[in-house]
Parts: sequence; structure tokens; C-alpha cells
Amino acid sequence: MSSLASRAKDLRSSPNKWVAPAVILLGLLYPFLEEPLSTLPLIGDFMPSTGTVVVMIAFTMMAVGLNIVVGYCGLLDLGYVAFYAVGAYTAGWLASQHFEQVTFHFGSSVDNDQVGIHVTMWIVLIAAGLLTMLAGIVIGLPTLRLRGDYLAIVTLGFGEIIPQVVRNGDSFGGFNLTNGTFGIAPIDSVGFPVLSSIAFFPENFQTSDNRERWYYLIAFLLLLFTIFCSVRLRDSRLGRAWIAIREDETAAAAMGVPLMKTKTWAYALGAFFGGVAGAYYASFKSGAFPADFYFNISVFLLCMVILGGMGSIWGVTVGGMILAYLNFSGLSTIGSKIQDAGLNFDPTKYQFGIYGIIIVLMMLFRPTGLIPERRHKVEFEEGVHDTPFYDVQTEGSLTDRDRGND
Amino acid sequence: MAVDNLVEVTKLRKEFGGLVATDDVDFVIPRGSIVALIGPNGAGKTTFFNQLTGVYSPTSGSILFDGTEVVHLPPHAITALGVGRTFQNIRLFAQMSAVENVLVGMHCRLQGGIIGSILRTRKVKREEEEARDRARELLTYSGLPRRHDDRAGNLPYGDQRRLEVARALATEPKLLLLDEPTAGMNPQETAEFTAFVRRVRDDKGLTVLLIEHDMKVVMGVSERITVLEYGAKIAEGSPSEIQSDERVIEAYLGRGAAA
Repeated sequence: MSSLASRAKDLRSSPNKWVAPAVILLGLLYPFLEEPLSTLPLIGDFMPSTGTVVVMIAFTMMAVGLNIVVGYCGLLDLGYVAFYAVGAYTAGWLASQHFEQVTFHFGSSVDNDQVGIHVTMWIVLIAAGLLTMLAGIVIGLPTLRLRGDYLAIVTLGFGEIIPQVVRNGDSFGGFNLTNGTFGIAPIDSVGFPVLSSIAFFPENFQTSDNRERWYYLIAFLLLLFTIFCSVRLRDSRLGRAWIAIREDETAAAAMGVPLMKTKTWAYALGAFFGGVAGAYYASFKSGAFPADFYFNISVFLLCMVILGGMGSIWGVTVGGMILAYLNFSGLSTIGSKIQDAGLNFDPTKYQFGIYGIIIVLMMLFRPTGLIPERRHKVEFEEGVHDTPFYDVQTEGSLTDRDRGND
Repeated sequence: MAVDNLVEVTKLRKEFGGLVATDDVDFVIPRGSIVALIGPNGAGKTTFFNQLTGVYSPTSGSILFDGTEVVHLPPHAITALGVGRTFQNIRLFAQMSAVENVLVGMHCRLQGGIIGSILRTRKVKREEEEARDRARELLTYSGLPRRHDDRAGNLPYGDQRRLEVARALATEPKLLLLDEPTAGMNPQETAEFTAFVRRVRDDKGLTVLLIEHDMKVVMGVSERITVLEYGAKIAEGSPSEIQSDERVIEAYLGRGAAA
């Protein structure tokens, strides 16, 4: 009985038994399919380059991380870009020449005489995840007591604060932490310094002949890892508690779910993946710059979650890839097609307008997202009731629980 | 002390602005008993419940649960100590299945951590499977032998009430608080439920505190009754004592009715 139920659950988590493996296989092969695909008539020009797909994957990873916070736990976070920033700068600190006053090398492929801290990117990725997690907890502890709109406003604030700190962080009491507006560059490459001596693995992706393919492969595996963790977490004791909080905070607390702790974990784990993705992307483009961390990135990621379907891992993955594709390649390709046709219209100038229209259309015609989460689907159709919990405003009057029936 | 009390409430007071919702109430619940809390609408019964479960902080006073002071503890900590509750208007996790609802109730009794859940270690896997089996047993025990995987929101009203009780029992309470559990039930369901409450108490050695308007239920099931009016306790005693108490009759039926 229970094994049947768990098998049914496994089936539910992927749209179909063979779709997931097929997509994974196709994904792994994309760098090799890209060339033949781009020669196809009509659609060939729309194929993103391998390098573009790396960026698309990095952003999709962040969207899947954000989905833990917004989709599972129902906490509207408008400042997720802060986690991306922390991840990127961790890579900057631990794997570049930024801290020129020290020279520390650990497992890195850069020359030994280079100044600065150079830790192998594999450890940097983990460190970035953990540090971002810590940032999530630090931001979460004071803010997660708030509900709904108030939480959104405060996270919005943090999303604005962090880029400003980064921008002005070139002199913390004389200490250059972030190198101000110039950002930190270059950031070390990912590579296989140990394996490279025994096999065909490159020591350094940036300088290898197959730079984009290698970055692609690791990005793809990181995304799979993120999705895997998301699925496992959703089906765990903690995941149930998140969904219970989303559904009815008061009842969840009364059933023994510690609200602060559970919400903070959602924040921390969501942040973790944002940090890893941020660090990886920073290594790919070899730099972390304050101009990357604007508010619009937070909105962009939130759009991915909404487009795909809040709480639905596969939906968010698809939504993320679609929006990232449009942003980093699709719109400009469409634009050049339009220019070729003789019209003077450049859709990249209106990108956020276009995303806005997509979201409005989604809300009108498919509010549960492209691939809706099983639960959310009904929620949207039937509505959900939730009365505030520790809410001073209603404490004075009677809440709807007490009204009339006491 | 002759009687072993599970709950001892002393001088509990809750003010909402100028309104005194709980007026220096003293209240004890003997271990293993079924106690009813009654009173006219607006008497402060649910407010009293909410203080017992940590949803509201009392203005002053003390609540000793099994020897522990629970005033100012958060709701989940009080649940962990052994207070399970249902809600007056059903508050299930409507989009989760019946089993999942019960599993949320088990939250504080399970251990599965984050790393273990991601790796799905044998320990976590076994714990989850056992919890699921236990949840199904508990549902059947509570009168829901079927539809365990249906969305809670799709269940018929009576089943939702039973599911709420199953979910509360999943927290492994010593004290079960039922807030108008038979509201909206037909006479037959009510009779079944009354028998069920007694059976749960005997099987699990629980103590039960219920808020109820149906006097048949109150008189039939409870061993002690406390009456609140305007936040203050006006009477306390056995069902027969309460039935003949003049102040209670006055509170319910108005002055002159007692004569």
C-alpha cells in the first residue's frame, strides 16, 4: 500500500515516466546538437548558443531556489537578488586576485605566484551556498515574523540594500571588500586541476578549447542537483510543514510546526541554491559587478516562478528556461528577424514590458502556471482562507474564529 | 493534593483594549477527565482555548500544564508538551491529502532532518513509512476508513471534523481540546462522536476539554462542567449540579426563568 502510494507520488513529481530521462539526455547532448540544430531552416536561427544556455541554466537554478521560498512556503520574497549577489561575491573573494594583501592557494589551477585567495571553485561553490544560507538566516530572522505584504516590502528593502552595500563597499573603514563599482574581476575558472593530469579533463575551463561545453555540462549537473534536492525536500517532513504553513499558518502552529524555524529553513535553503548559482555564473563570466544585482533580477526570477507554476518544480524549470531564453537570446533574435523584414522595432528595448504582458496573460488564462503544482491548482480555483495569526490589528477585535459562535 | 490535575489555571486574565475577555479565571482539569466549557455566545470560551494553546498571550495569570508554566510559550512548543486541538470552524490543510494532514500533526514527533531527507537515508525512509502507516491507522480509528489520499477539502463535512480530530491525535496529546466538535453534525453523528470521545479517552488515557453548545453532548459526556459568562467563571461542578445552578439558568435563559 505505502509503496504504491510512494510510486504514485514519484510519477506525479515528473510529468511522465519517460519525459524526465529524455529531457535529461537531450539536455546533456545539447552542446553537440547545437551546431546541426542551428543549420535547420526557420528555427535554426532561434537556437541559443551553448554559452547562452549556461546563463539560462544559472538563472533557472535561482528560480528553482526561489520556488522553495515562494512556491512551497508561500513567502513572497522580492529581494532574492541579494542571494545571487552574496554568491557571486563569495566567488570573488575566494577565487580572484581581489585580496592582494594575502596569497593563499588551495587546489586551484591558477599560477602559484598570483596574489589573492585562490580556492578551487568546487569548494567555492559550496562555500558560496553556505555563506548565502547564512545571509538568508540573518535576513530571515528579523523579517519572517511579518506576513504577506509586509514581508514582501522588507525583502524588497534587503534586495535594494545589498547592491548598494556592494557598490559602496570599497572602503569599510579603509578595507576594500567589494571593489566598489568596478566589481571583482577576473574570477577564477572552474576546472579539474587534479584529474587533468590523468585524463582528458581540462585544468581550466576558461582557457580550454571547449570552454562553453564544459561550463554547460557542470551547470546542467548543478541544475539537476538543485531539482533533485527540491523534490526530496518537498516530499519530506520539512516540505510538508512548508506547505502546511502556506495553507494555514495558525493551524500549522497548532499542530506543532515551529513557524519561525520552518520559515527560516525555507529561506536558508532557497538562498543556498541562489548562492551556488550566483557563484557559478560569476565564474563563467569571470566577474562580479554591482550592476548585475538590480531589483529587476528579483522580479525576473519571480516571473519565472509565476510563469512556470508556483510550487511546481518542473513548471519553474520550464518557466525559467523560457524567460531566460527570451531575455538572453530569443528577443534579440526575434528583433533581428523583424529588422530584416524592414520594420524598425526592437523587442529587447521592451523586454520587461513583454514579460509583464506574459504574466498578465498567464494570470488571465492559466493562473496556475505552465505546469501547475497539483495542490495549487485547486487552491486557485477554490480560493484559500487564512486569518492572520500574531496580528495586533485583529487581536483587539474578534477574529473570524470567534465571531458569533463563541 | 487529592486529585492529580493535568491543567491548573490561576487568575487568568485577558484584556482586549477595554474588553475583559477572560476575567481572573481559576480552572483545573483533573487528569483523565472529560471537562466541558460552556457559556453563552461571547462568553470568552474560545479566547480561553487560545490562551491555553498559546495563540494569545494572557494579560496576567498562570497556566500550569503537567507542571510546566506554558504562558508565553509559542503554540508549537505547547503542542510538543502535549496539547492537541481542533478548531471551531474547520482549519484543515485543504489542499493536502487526509494522510498528509495527519502527518503534519506528527511533525513534532518525527525526527527526519534536512540532509537525511535529501539523501533519503534508511532511517528517514523507515520513519516516513512508519508514520504513513500510523497515519492511516489513526484515520481508520477516528472513523475515516476510506479516502485517505483524497484532498482534505474534498471530504464531506463530517469526515473533515473527524480528520481534524485525527490530526490533533497525531500530535500525541495528553490533553485534547475540542472546540465545538459536533457543530453541524446530525443527531446520529453527534451520538457517534460522543461515544468516540469517551473511547479515545479510555484507549489513549487522554484528558479532554471541550467547548460545546449541544447540552445533550455536554451532559452526556462530561464529568465536570465549567460555565463562563462575560469572561468570568460563574459556576463549576458535575452536570447535575450545573443543571440546577440558578446563575447558570439565569445566564442562559434570563432573569426570572430560575424561579
